[in-house]
Formats: sequence, structure tokens, C-alpha cells
Amino acid sequence: MSGGFHIVVCGSLVPDPLQTLEPMEGPTGPALKNEMMLPAVLDPWAGHALFEAAQLAKNVPDSKVWLVSLGPKAKLQQLMMSIAQKVSFELVAIDGSAGGFTDPFDVAATLADTIDKIEGLDRTRLLLFGGCASASRDSGVTMQMVAERLDIVDQFLAVDKLTVSSDGALEVLERIEAGQYQVSSCAGAPAMLGWATGSLPEPPNNPQVGMMNMRTVMPALQKAQAAEVGIGGLKYAAVELPKQRRETRVVKDTPAEEIAQEIVDWLKA
Amino acid sequence: MEKSSSAKQSKQLMSTLPGDDVRQIMWRFSDRYDLQMVVQSTREVARGVVANLVANGARNTHDWTPEKATILTAFDEAGLTQVFMDPEDGGFIEGPKNLALGLVAFELSWVDGGAATSSLASNLGLSPIHEKGTPEQRSKYMKMAVPPQPGEDRQIKRGAFALTEPLPFVGVDTGVVSGKLRIDSWEEGQEPLLQVEKRGRFITNMGFADFVTVAVDSDDERIKGSCMVILEEGDPGLYDRGTPTQKMVHQLSSTRDPAFNLKISADRIIGGYTVKDGVIIPKYSHAEIIDSVFRRTRVPVGIMSSAKLLSAPEPIIRYHRQRFRGGATTSPGSPRFDLGLQQKDDCLQRLVDVWAAGEAGAALGFYSARMFDDFDAIEKEKDQIFAEQGIKGRAQLKVFRKVQQGALEYLTMKTRPAEEQDTARLQELENDTLTQFLIMDSLANVFCPAGKLWNTGHGATILREAVSLMGGYGITEDCPGFLGQKWMDAQLEATYEGPEAVQRRQLSITMTNELFLFQFRQWIGDLRRIASTHPDSGACTLASAMNLWLWTLEYLQKTDDANGKPLFHSSRHGVVFPFADALCWLLASRCQILDMLELEAKGPENPVVAEGLEGYVNFFSDLCHVQAARAAGEVGRICAELAYGYHGHPHWDDEDRENCFEAESLDALDSIMPGIGSYGRGLGDTIEADGSHNEKAGPCAKSCRSGFVKLRARLDVCMTGSRLSKDRAAEALTQVMIPEALDYPR
Ligand SMILES: Cc1cc2nc3c(=O)[nH]c(=O)nc-3n(C[C@H](O)[C@H](O)[C@H](O)COP(=O)(O)OP(=O)(O)OC[C@H]3O[C@@H](n4cnc5c(N)ncnc54)[C@H](O)[C@@H]3O)c2cc1C
Repeated sequence: MSGGFHIVVCGSLVPDPLQTLEPMEGPTGPALKNEMMLPAVLDPWAGHALFEAAQLAKNVPDSKVWLVSLGPKAKLQQLMMSIAQKVSFELVAIDGSAGGFTDPFDVAATLADTIDKIEGLDRTRLLLFGGCASASRDSGVTMQMVAERLDIVDQFLAVDKLTVSSDGALEVLERIEAGQYQVSSCAGAPAMLGWATGSLPEPPNNPQVGMMNMRTVMPALQKAQAAEVGIGGLKYAAVELPKQRRETRVVKDTPAEEIAQEIVDWLKA
Repeated sequence: MEKSSSAKQSKQLMSTLPGDDVRQIMWRFSDRYDLQMVVQSTREVARGVVANLVANGARNTHDWTPEKATILTAFDEAGLTQVFMDPEDGGFIEGPKNLALGLVAFELSWVDGGAATSSLASNLGLSPIHEKGTPEQRSKYMKMAVPPQPGEDRQIKRGAFALTEPLPFVGVDTGVVSGKLRIDSWEEGQEPLLQVEKRGRFITNMGFADFVTVAVDSDDERIKGSCMVILEEGDPGLYDRGTPTQKMVHQLSSTRDPAFNLKISADRIIGGYTVKDGVIIPKYSHAEIIDSVFRRTRVPVGIMSSAKLLSAPEPIIRYHRQRFRGGATTSPGSPRFDLGLQQKDDCLQRLVDVWAAGEAGAALGFYSARMFDDFDAIEKEKDQIFAEQGIKGRAQLKVFRKVQQGALEYLTMKTRPAEEQDTARLQELENDTLTQFLIMDSLANVFCPAGKLWNTGHGATILREAVSLMGGYGITEDCPGFLGQKWMDAQLEATYEGPEAVQRRQLSITMTNELFLFQFRQWIGDLRRIASTHPDSGACTLASAMNLWLWTLEYLQKTDDANGKPLFHSSRHGVVFPFADALCWLLASRCQILDMLELEAKGPENPVVAEGLEGYVNFFSDLCHVQAARAAGEVGRICAELAYGYHGHPHWDDEDRENCFEAESLDALDSIMPGIGSYGRGLGDTIEADGSHNEKAGPCAKSCRSGFVKLRARLDVCMTGSRLSKDRAAEALTQVMIPEALDYPR
């Protein structure tokens, strides 16, 4: 393989899952109550994609990572104060809604268009990364649509592991039913990988990494173009929170076998 | 029934808890990405590693355990250890670091004060070297204390600071040090070898510190006065860490009573030394070093206690709302289900008090931190000027006495309309480093002790209120938000780095500085102007309280007590200490109002904040009003006690009788002025013909201090509206959205 990978990670923000998320009718359709004001975190699966990308770039010389984020500029800036400390990347920011009800079609079009215009991006070396789904926005369709628009036909979803051989060929483990993996081989870039959790822990914050990243993050935010993404032509018949049932018990020092047995009993019941 | 004038109700309420964007504006770091990142990385350590340790009971031992030590590694990995360092020494923040360190203390203390102390104490160990060390000392020890970078093969070294000594030596009074410094050997042309003997008490970080900066006094006629020296583990002799302190608080910090008896070379004297006539003269005495260290490090300690108060509302609101859920009689959708204890007025009102005190303390703390960031540069310039001119010690005071006049002239001129100003002179004074230094110094000398004193002392009291609001849960180890632990810990924050008495002592001197008082008077006018556009902010209440404080100061300064002793004297703690307390209430409340105004002014620039701005400003403004009224109440009480309390109460049987009506005269008048007999008796103290009178202590004291009476009465009236603000703030607490669960431990 000549040169490393050009890894573009698509990822934006979602409301902090600890917050109370209350759907309501906004002026342009459904929205979350006080969404703008709620603290946000990096979309979890996109986060895994970003950490995997950074690790890959570290291991394959001459690689580079871009993070393409579509979200309200001011909130993206806040998010960068923690994300930019974790791994090195160059931010490409697009100012627009990151709400849970945006039409993935528009989002994908905007992302693909933006990626297409990234200066110095070598599409033959491109690995397009993202989350296999967004925690708030889509049902796992955005990344495929972005890939299609960028003419990337090798697409992998719910990826947990990527191994790159010395010739640049990829071996990809995708999640399938019943805790099993589908193993695929791919000749190399370009390819799209929609990540599940991967295998890396969240890197700790390091303000020194952050200070390096900030040199490009702030200009990127300043020149972020506004994008018209929204609910578009979609019509939502009804929106509601998934019913959750939380029955947490904290029992210290319970043996694993006992816990497993209890789960099995519950499943069988 | 008396009807009150109508109040405009139905203001926009705060919809969510204030987030980072709001705080960045209020505490003035929205354009400092370095600080914002430090906040995020500190938060992750605090709510992750630290919170888990607390939750898992790590606080239940006095020893420094391997689990506790993981905090230090987490600090290193998250870049917190380097926050104190300059870039040339391996840090990443340019310029002054007071605000940065304040924010770190805030985030750590939000979860655990001991963890915050561990972080601060490492800096405290380095501070004497940082502030007054020689360039070589600075470079060596700062670099040692930076975590190894990739590729570097070395262990990080951590520091401690040892001033306090076993009884009966150094405690509150730091003047007489029992630690000893002697010359062990001194060969011609060589660095002298010194013998250091020091025993410490309650020394933080001592469980693991690799080096210690210690205060010692000369025990050798060939060494002049006191100084501070650096000791390292591995120096020849005794480096005994001592036994762990059996403390009940801050268990995530290590405290021990060490003993040292070591040989060191004289280049370990902090700041260096000169030799004159065979005598080693350290460049700085221990007091000089400690003074410049503590005036900075006390600021974050104050911020720590306020962080805990601000961490309390979320778990308390959640507890209150959920209090009755799950019971058979509480069905979803009912007020009892949704609001729980928030249906009870008292729960809300008291939480408003907790929140308001936290806001005021944080405002005061961060105001001081920013002030020191500005002050650092000008202090360095001042030091340079004196160094160049060879002016030292008392000679500096003489220079400052002259500069003081110029500084007053400058401040006075600034208050005049532009056309009346002498622009050239104004410019000259503005550019004069010593003038500007003196003005800032007058503020720093008040704000630093004020924050340390009020935030920790009053903070501890209010934290008790927070604990109460959680009922029995509050004093259990698993109280969400660790409120019980935070309350206990606050007592240490009020004690170490100079207990309350030390802060009051400093304030009793610095608060009468003419330059400070001049600026204080200006603030009264400023607050009235603020009040004219923000009537619900409490600015007017506060201005009236400040007026009363000023009047009382002048009165106390010129008045003797019943025994002819002057009232205002620095050693008369009964007068000057409570009076210093009163000042702190005022300063905190003023800073709080300024933060609210900043949010209102800058909020619209940030789209995230702009959306909920009106609600935030209303809420914070209401908190300001609540706090201003509380401050006014305290100031009124303290001033009244001091203005009246030192005068003997009039007696029935001495000349005070002259102030009473004679019943006989009243009754005689009654024939020409019917009714005067009974009216007069109601109006004042009356002595009946048989010498009898009402049963009480004596005739009432004359309201001779009529100036005071007028101001006090006005102050009471100035509380108008403050309780309406409190009701509004309380209502906001019932509506505000909170997360589903606390985000620590995570
Ligand atoms: C957990 C912990 C950690 C500490 N860490 C350090 C450290 O790292 N390095 C270090 O050097 N020290 C440290 N200290 C010591 C701390 O700074 C002292 O405890 C503090 O200065 C008070 O001294 P003392 O305990 O001797 O109180 P004392 O001097 O006995 O004072 C007791 C009380 O008497 C009154 N009082 C005493 N003197 C006066 C006075 N002149 N005027 C008016 N009132 C007075 C005050 O009410 C005062 O609070 C630590 C203490 C603790 C508990």
C-alpha cells in the first residue's frame, strides 16, 4: 500500500443520555424539550469509530484522521473541549441541526458533499468511518447513504474489529445475530465501516493533545458552513420515548454463576 | 390587612440546570479553550476515578493506600499535574494559572475535597520554589514534578509543604518557627553544608512526597533569620514520614506528622542567599515566602467549598421529587408523585439559600482568581523595578507611602467627568506600575482572605443545611452527591492554609486601607446604577448595606467603649473580626451580582445560552436578591451589635434618669394638655413620684447614633421584594429539568 489511510469519521453529538429526554412538538415538527440547552456527548458509536480511527492512524504510518461533524456550531465547540483532548484529528464542522428527527437522507447528502470537498483527501485511500447507528438520529442508514454518494461499495456494518494486513487488505468482523461475527475480507480502501463498539476503551483526556487539536478545531468551527438539514418532507405520526424498565439491584459480592443463573431464569420465565 | 404594592409575576423560569456554556460566561473563560479543556479533563477524573473511590469506601482509612494513589496517576494522565507549570517547564497553559487552578479545585471538590487537596498540596509544595526560588531551583523542581513524557525514563517527583509544627510551635501563628537550620561544615570556596531539623504536623502529601519545602529558623549565628529550604528523600539523615493523621475528613489526601534531620547543601535555601562577613543571609525569610504563596493558594480553597454547595441542588432536587414514588398511594401524574417533597415550601426555600450561598462564594472565589491572574504580571513588574533600584524591605514601604497619594489621585480623577480630567496626569498614573500595583494590591489583600474565610466558614454552615434537606440519607455514606462527606470536609477547608482567625486578622488590617475603601465607595454608586436597571437584583439592598458598613467603620474608628478603650484596634478581635465577617458578606454578594450581569450581557452571543437566557438571568437575579438580603441582614446585625454593644446600658439610678419623664410633671401638664399624662408615659421612660418605673434593664439608651438609626432603618426597608424573589427562585426549582441520574460515580 502506498501511503497510509485517509480516515474520515462521521460523528456528531447527541444529548447526554442521563438527561431527561422529553419529546414535544416544535415549530417545525417533533423535537426534544430544551434540547439545545441539554449537555451533549459524542454520539457513542461514532465515538468508538473515532477512537478506532485514531488507533489505526497511529499504527499505519502516513495516515490521517478527519472528524466530520454536523451539529449546532456552539454545541460542537463545547463538545470539542473534551473530544479533542482524547485523540488527534482534523475537524470539519458543518453548522446545522443534530436533532433526533432530522431526515437521514439530507444528512447523508450534506456529509457526502462535505467529504467530497475536503482538501487533500485521497479517495483511493479513504476509509469512511461512522457509527453503525446514531443514539438519537437514525436507524442505521446514514453511513450507507454517505458511502453510496461517495461511490464506496465495500460497506460493513456493526463492525467490532478491523485488521489491516501489510498489503493494506482489510479483515472485518461484523456483528450478526446471536453474538456471532461475520468475517469479511476486502482488498483495501476505499471502504465504509459503520462501527459498533469496537474494542478500545475511551481514551483519557489529555489537554496537551487538546491544545494541538485546537489549532485546527477553532478555525474549522469558525468557517463551518450552515447546512439546511431538518425534518424535510418526513411526517411523524407519533413520537414517544421507548418504554424503559429498570430494575436495578446492587448486591455486593454475588458470584458470577449466581448472576448468570438469575438472568437465565428471568429469560425463561 | 395591609396590602403590598403589586409585584410583576410570571417571569420566565429557568428550564434546565446551568451548563458549561453558562458557567464559562459567568466566570469569564468562554474564550479560554485551554481552561475549558482543563475543566473537562478534571471532571472526568473527579466523577470517574475519584467518585468511585468515595463510593467504594476508600475514605474509610487514614492510610495512604494503593487505591488512593490511583488518583495521582489519574491526575498525571489527565494533564492536571501540569496545570501549575509554565510551558517551558512542561506545562501547557501560558501565563498566570490562578483561574485555571481555581477551576481544577472546583471540579475535583464537586466530588471530593480530599482529592482536590491532594492536587493543591502538590502545587503548594512547589509554590515556594515557583514564587521565590532561584531560576535553577525552579527549573529543577518544576521539571521533576512534570509526569514523564513518552520516551522519558524517569519517575515523577511529588512535593509537600511543611510549615505547621507539633505543639507548642507553629500553628495559626507562624512567626516563631522551631525548625532549625545550622551550618554543618563550610569549606573555603565550597557551598556550605547545612543541618536541618524540622518536625511537621498535619503535612499533606507526606505519605508519598519525594521532596518537601520546609520553614526553618536559624540556630547558628552564621545564618541570619528564618528561611525555607528544600528537602529530598535520599538526603543523608532522617526522612521520616511519621504516622498518618487520624483525621476524619479529606481522606483522599495523605496527612502525616513527619520528622526530618538531614544534611543539605546551602543551594537548597529557597531564593538563594548572600554571604556577608561570614554570615549566610537568605534572600527571603520564611514569612516573605509564605506570604506570597498563601495569598494565591488560599483562593482555590475558598472555591472548593463553594463547588460543594453548587453540587448540592441536583441530588437534592432529585431526592425531593422522587421521595414518594413507588408507594401504593402515590400514582404517576399526581403532584405528590411529580413534586414529592417539592410540594413543601420549606424544602424549596432552604435549597434556594444553599444555591444562593454557593453562587456568591463561587463568584467571589473566581473574581479573586481572575484578579490574581492580572495581579501576577504587575507584581512581577514591581519586583523588577525594586530589584533594579536595589530597594528592599522597609525602604519599599517608604516608596509606597508616596505612591499611595498618586494612587488616590488616580482613583479620584477617574471618577470625574472626562472633561474635568487632567488627561496627561491620568495617563501618567495609569502607566505607572507602582501606582497600579498598589491599587490592585489593596484589593488582593482583601479579596483573598475574604474568599478563604467566608466561602469555607459560611459554606460549612450552609452545607449542613444541604445535608438536612436529604433527611437521614444526608448523613449516610451513600448519600447521592456525598453531601455528608462534603459538609465534614468543609471544616478542614476552613482550617488549613490559615484558619478563619488568620483571615480575619489579615482583613482587620487590610480592610481599612484608604485605597480599598475608596474603591468600595465607588461600588456603592455602581450598585445603585445597576439597581436602576435591575431592581430585582438586590443591588440596592446591597448598596445600602455597604453604606451602613462604611458608616459603622468610621464610627468605630473614632469611638471608645464604655471603659474608654478604643473600639477599633487590630487586637480587639471582638470588634474587628465580626466586622471583617460583615465585609465578606458584602463582597460575595457584589461579585454574584456582577456575574449575573455578565451572563445577561454576553449570553446572547452564544446560541445555546441565548435560548434559555431569560430564565437563567431571572433565576440568578433572584438568587442575587436573596443573597443580598441575607448579607444585608448579617451586616445590619453585626453593625448594630458593634455600634451599641460596647456602651453601658443606662441605669435607673444614675444620671441616665435625666432622660426620663418625671411623672409628676406629666400629671401637672395633664390639666392644661389633657391626655399628656398617659401619652407621655407611652412615649418614653417615666419615673413615678414614688421612684418606681417599668421593670426593665434601665431607661432605653438614647438613639444618639442617629446616623446609624437612619441607615439601618433604610436598610431594613431595602429588603423589599427580596422574599418575592425567593418565592420565584423556589418556583423555578419545581420546574427545572434535571438529569435522570447523577453523573457520578461513573
Ligand atoms: C488535614 C490537614 C492538612 C494540613 N496540611 C498542612 C500542610 O500541608 N502543611 C502545613 O504546613 N500545615 C498543614 N496543616 C496545618 C494547618 O494549616 C493548621 O492546623 C492550621 O494552620 C491551624 O493551626 P493549629 O492547628 O495549630 O491551630 P492553633 O494555632 O492551635 O489555633 C486554634 C484556634 O485558636 C484560635 N487562634 C489561635 N491563634 C490565634 C490568633 N493569633 N488570633 C486569633 N485566634 C487564634 C483560632 O480560633 C484557631 O482556629 C494541615 C492541617 C490539617 C488538619
